[in-house]
Amino acid sequence: MATITYREALNQALSEEMRRDESVFLMGEEVAEYDGAYKVSKGLLDEFGDRRVVDTPISELGFAGLGVGAAMVGLRPVIEFMTFNFAFLALDQILNSAAKMYYMSGGQIPVPMVFRGPTGAALQLSSQHSHACDTYYAHAPGLKLVRPATPADAKGLLKASIRDADPVIFMEGEMLYNLKGEVPDPDDGDFVIPLGVADLKHEGGDVSIITHGSTVHLALQAAKKLEKDGIHADVLDLRSLRPLDVDAILESVKKTNRAVYLEEGWPYVGIGAQIVATIQEEAFDHLDAPVLRVCQADVPMPYAKNLEQLAKPSVDRVIEACNRVLYRS
Amino acid sequence: MATKVHMEALSPTMEEGQVVKWLKAEGDEIANGDVLAEIETDKATMELVARGEGILQKVLLDEGGTAAVGALIAVIAEDGEDISDLVSEGDDATGEGSGEEDEAAAKEGEEEESKEEEAEAAPERDKAPAPEEGEEGDGRVKASPLARRLAADQGIELRSIEGSGPGGRVVKRDVEKAMEEGVPDAPRTTAPDSEEDYVDVSLSQMRKTIAKRLVESLGPVPHFFLTVDVDMSRAVEARKRVNALLEKEGKKISFNDIVLKATAMALRKHPECNAHWREDHVRRFNRVHLAVAVAIDDGLITPVVRDADRKGMAEISAEVRELAGRAREKKLKPEEYSGGTFSVSNLGMFGIEDFTAVINPPEAGILAVGALEERPVARDGEVIIEPRMKITMSCDHRVIDGAQGARFLQSLTGILEEPLAALI
Repeated sequence: MATITYREALNQALSEEMRRDESVFLMGEEVAEYDGAYKVSKGLLDEFGDRRVVDTPISELGFAGLGVGAAMVGLRPVIEFMTFNFAFLALDQILNSAAKMYYMSGGQIPVPMVFRGPTGAALQLSSQHSHACDTYYAHAPGLKLVRPATPADAKGLLKASIRDADPVIFMEGEMLYNLKGEVPDPDDGDFVIPLGVADLKHEGGDVSIITHGSTVHLALQAAKKLEKDGIHADVLDLRSLRPLDVDAILESVKKTNRAVYLEEGWPYVGIGAQIVATIQEEAFDHLDAPVLRVCQADVPMPYAKNLEQLAKPSVDRVIEACNRVLYRS
Repeated sequence: MATKVHMEALSPTMEEGQVVKWLKAEGDEIANGDVLAEIETDKATMELVARGEGILQKVLLDEGGTAAVGALIAVIAEDGEDISDLVSEGDDATGEGSGEEDEAAAKEGEEEESKEEEAEAAPERDKAPAPEEGEEGDGRVKASPLARRLAADQGIELRSIEGSGPGGRVVKRDVEKAMEEGVPDAPRTTAPDSEEDYVDVSLSQMRKTIAKRLVESLGPVPHFFLTVDVDMSRAVEARKRVNALLEKEGKKISFNDIVLKATAMALRKHPECNAHWREDHVRRFNRVHLAVAVAIDDGLITPVVRDADRKGMAEISAEVRELAGRAREKKLKPEEYSGGTFSVSNLGMFGIEDFTAVINPPEAGILAVGALEERPVARDGEVIIEPRMKITMSCDHRVIDGAQGARFLQSLTGILEEPLAALI
């Protein structure tokens, strides 16, 4: 085991996969000369050259479509969006081409590629650059959606995403790039985490806090505080939203009989709505309380620091929701 | 517009009916509600009333004739109205394809019925206590899905648990507390008027297994039998004294009346025996309605003495006599021979010492009462002669277990052996 940052973990995953498979290449804004806006691609241009590490103009729709075409003819592109806030411009290529080509070609043309970049709010980037974009992509059949929360998950899941036969939306967290964590040493063998397997990041029997992405860390802080109060929470990190590890969700809920869904995005038609629907359909008789959600407030993200803090989900709001489903006032 | 007269279901189990007598003839003027005919059902002779007005234009079933429920048996119409289409339908024994008028009449009937029900139910509702926490105004208990499942698995009545969640919602911890502390088997009531008439007890897994296995073993109703041999010395004495008191009024009570009263009192103490098997749950009654088997010429009928536990022996006696009399004439109304919660059958008058009776489903128990006769018994090392009576209880094992039946019979024996107990 080595302790490295989330960004280093992503870098390891990219370089290992590019070494392993010559059809893998990285393309995006400032990924080559500048080592990536968040320095994820540091050193890759030097090692793999400008045919496999490609800088693009500011043209999301263009290079996303270029990537789809490359995947259709047998390459394995990794398309980096500086942030998913900019990828709205590329939605047509992602939803209409990448997600549907395999289906519409009757299974003749797979699109094995990864669209990756950060999502969610950082600090005071205001309404247009603080989107938690998960729900737009989770909505569409044909795409996979992966949300790693730790350096180890970032590495293992990115390697699995690059090897996957389908287009994978791989969402990172802007505030996570400096996060340090233990990751298996590259010399100890190939470290790949299969998609669709949730991870129980904290174990307790009283309440299930289910979440994904950056808010995993908020959930862990809440669980730690609750622990002092004698409440033991499960923190279940879904890690990927398509495919979804329904079994893990049900296992936890059947154990605790109550659940809180925590996510960065808005509540309205959010990921949590899907999870709550799944729980009530599959585990109705195991529920001792309604399932609650903790989300971003249903407003465009405010710029003002104090308002931004109020709009984002917080540890206190998670604890409050847990107390409510536990019938503690 | 013509009104079709169908053979109606005049008893809950009636499949066909026989016209005993037409009380109106063709050409008679008919008002809504007029009695058209006497119909013999499987249980009694009932009145068939008109559900429309006009002239009785056509009678399609002669006296003595039998028709299936729903069959067209007559037509009421305006004077001179053409009913030939309707009359040809008379061949259709199912009586389907009713006219608008007919449907309207049926609807009206339904409405009246529901109004009556409402009228009856309203004072009850007024009397009902304010909804407790966890119980909504409509009598629904608020509980989490998990609490419902746990309570059902444990056979605990949700209603008996106090909810600690928002708005009194019964949640997991409340059920767990109830499991630890235990909840009463069934509410014991002393004032049935102010309470619901029965309590539905959901089936625990064990109860379901007992029900399934025992039915496999013995018929659809798994009977078992418990017999007691009762010392009737004091009952004989008590009857003499009671009858001496009643002589002035020209009344007297029988031993059977004493047994009925004692049975009703004992059932009151043991609601687990005063119950119906209802396939997915057991219904325990808070009121005691005794069905008394009465032999009639071509069979058997069980008129019901309602609230027998709250009636005096003289009242029970008079009621049984009156009901039995009309039963023999087949004049009982359906409501007079249905709704029993427990049955009593007595063959003592035929000199039968003891026998077993067959349960009348969905009831869960029946008593078979044998003859009262002097028999030798051993007491304190000596043989003495005393009046004895054998009573055998048939129990539906899905509802009543051996010890429960035995405890009920203990109470019953206690009352019969010391009738003064009735006063306590």
